[in-house]
Amino acid sequence: MKRFIFAVLAVAVACSPDQSKNGGNAATPANQRSGSVDLTGAGATFPYPLYSKWFSDYAANTGVKINYQSIGSGGGIRQFSEQTVDFGATDGPMSDEELSHAKGGAVLHVPTVLGGVVITYNLTGVTQPLKLTGPLVASIFLGQVKKWNDPAIAALNPGVRLPSQDILVVHRSDGSGTTYVFTDYLTAVSPDWSKGPKKGKEVPWPVGLGGKGNEGVSGLVKQTSGAVGYVELAYAKQNGLPSAMIRNAAGNFIGPSTETITAAASGVADKLPPNTDYRISIVNGPGANAYPISSFTWILAYVNQPDSVKGRKLVDFLRWALTDGEKEATSLDYAPLPASMTAQLKSRLDSIKLGVAR
Amino acid sequence: MTDATAQLPGAIPPGADRAAAPLRSSLYGDRIYQAVITAFAVFIPLLLILIAISIGIAAWPALSRSGLSFVTGSKWDVAAGEFGAAPAIYGTLVSSAIALILATPLALGVSIFLSEIAPKWLRQPVAFLVDLLAAIPSVVYGLWGVFVLIPLLRDPIGPFLSNTLGLGKTSLFSGPNYGYSMLAAGIILAIMILPFISAVTREILMAVPRSQREAALALGATRWEMIRDAVLPYARSGIIGAIILGLGRALGETMAVTMLIGNRAEISGSLFAPGYTMASLIANEFSEATNDLHLSALMAVGAVLFAVTLLVNAIARWLVWRVTRASR
Repeated sequence: MKRFIFAVLAVAVACSPDQSKNGGNAATPANQRSGSVDLTGAGATFPYPLYSKWFSDYAANTGVKINYQSIGSGGGIRQFSEQTVDFGATDGPMSDEELSHAKGGAVLHVPTVLGGVVITYNLTGVTQPLKLTGPLVASIFLGQVKKWNDPAIAALNPGVRLPSQDILVVHRSDGSGTTYVFTDYLTAVSPDWSKGPKKGKEVPWPVGLGGKGNEGVSGLVKQTSGAVGYVELAYAKQNGLPSAMIRNAAGNFIGPSTETITAAASGVADKLPPNTDYRISIVNGPGANAYPISSFTWILAYVNQPDSVKGRKLVDFLRWALTDGEKEATSLDYAPLPASMTAQLKSRLDSIKLGVAR
Repeated sequence: MTDATAQLPGAIPPGADRAAAPLRSSLYGDRIYQAVITAFAVFIPLLLILIAISIGIAAWPALSRSGLSFVTGSKWDVAAGEFGAAPAIYGTLVSSAIALILATPLALGVSIFLSEIAPKWLRQPVAFLVDLLAAIPSVVYGLWGVFVLIPLLRDPIGPFLSNTLGLGKTSLFSGPNYGYSMLAAGIILAIMILPFISAVTREILMAVPRSQREAALALGATRWEMIRDAVLPYARSGIIGAIILGLGRALGETMAVTMLIGNRAEISGSLFAPGYTMASLIANEFSEATNDLHLSALMAVGAVLFAVTLLVNAIARWLVWRVTRASR
């Protein structure tokens, strides 16, 4: 009996450090649970609705089954780095430090689709979309602009009857890629923001209330007159939330849509060097019709695939996603990649080496 | 010749064998039983110690980096590697305190009514319904809070407290009232811990000997005097135990609180202001924590929550000990 207890304890001790690194909530690789799964992935929740459609369509077409756990970008990067999954998915590119911890060696970031962050608000009597600039959004989220009828807002929205109401800022309380893209944009356009909260998946917000998830933020905004918050485009569209038009780098006020987000990517894609690692930010991008708070979401794959069968399946899937998958994006409110970029990416997939250990 | 075997030399009479064997095997069984339950008893505290050690190891990098400012500092900036959990610690303690202040009188009232006053036919259904509160999942409480409690807090409860009762002038109920607040978290926690306190208290009151009540009544006590002077003092230490159980649950509650507290890492004296708790902080940030220091900081918050819970429990046990000693 005693020996048994010691054995249990020894196992418990041996496991505990691993657990903390793996993110705990998904410690068992999916391929151990089901023998029929060909590839496993884990990561971002934002593209999950699209990815799950891709995986089911791909399985129907080719018979290759892919199991994906939408546990969040952070967990995805951790599991990918530990090689407990075949590919990862993230809304924010891996940092140099994170790349150095990846156990499988060199990592290829494959952009799959684009998403946008929408500024939504609750103002009774305001029917047309509000117009805002990046620095003004930063001032609002810094708590410097406190009232809706502030001259700075009124000047951009002539003819709109703005109430003399306090602005209630609502932000995400949980770490999220949406927050990363939003604060990445504010850092790019506002010196005050880049000196203050900076960019990150969670930042020290100077003012406001925190809601958990897109649904938490939109719930708070919907319930509170005078509130302003940010959510993903897909979520805002599917729930019919009002969305502000933002002045882009070219000086035009642009509303969020799949076309204007793709336009933001094409402005950047045309100037990409051939050896880019695709860890690129497209916030405040060039282009007359570019929506400025846009971002890629990535699938992470190791350049060296020791298991050539799995590696081949992964490359084939990515090629399919960039060809047929892109066509499905718009119907689920994701912005497809610009055509010039998918062509470049598909040739880049050839750089993945099959049957080569690290 | 049917008895041939019995006459063989050296054969044990069948009767003797039958008498000895059950005794021996029951001795054996006792030992196994003792070993098994001892192992179980040892296993639980060991598990606790192991959890404490592994959390401690994981939390060490952040704790050693931030030092004492981890519990006194109020700036939580992941990018800068600055971790001050004071607002979350404050929020955990305050929201649990509000919950206890609201839930304890209510729970005591319910259990005294059920054990002493209620007619027999009413006891079972009411007790069942109160206990049923404990079966509602936390996230459902959160949803109910978002759609029912928060709008009620905005109007009429908030204005009633601050204007009608004039409490708005005190710092406790000052500032804008958005509904999402420390008060909302405290109220939802109160509802959630109420069944725990009341169920245990009810059982304890039921266990007070009948003679205790009869003696008080015989001395000419009214029903109320009997409850106050004979029943409650007898059950005192058990009732405090029930409150501790409720407090333990309030300290660790995550989902419903996260949905209602407003998740703002700031210490504010007003109950209308949003706050944060340690459990919500971990739940909010864990899934997207990638760098090792951030993970370690979240583990450290877990360690502090663990320590706070132990400390609060120790204080409460000491209270029980003092109360029972004083009553003798």
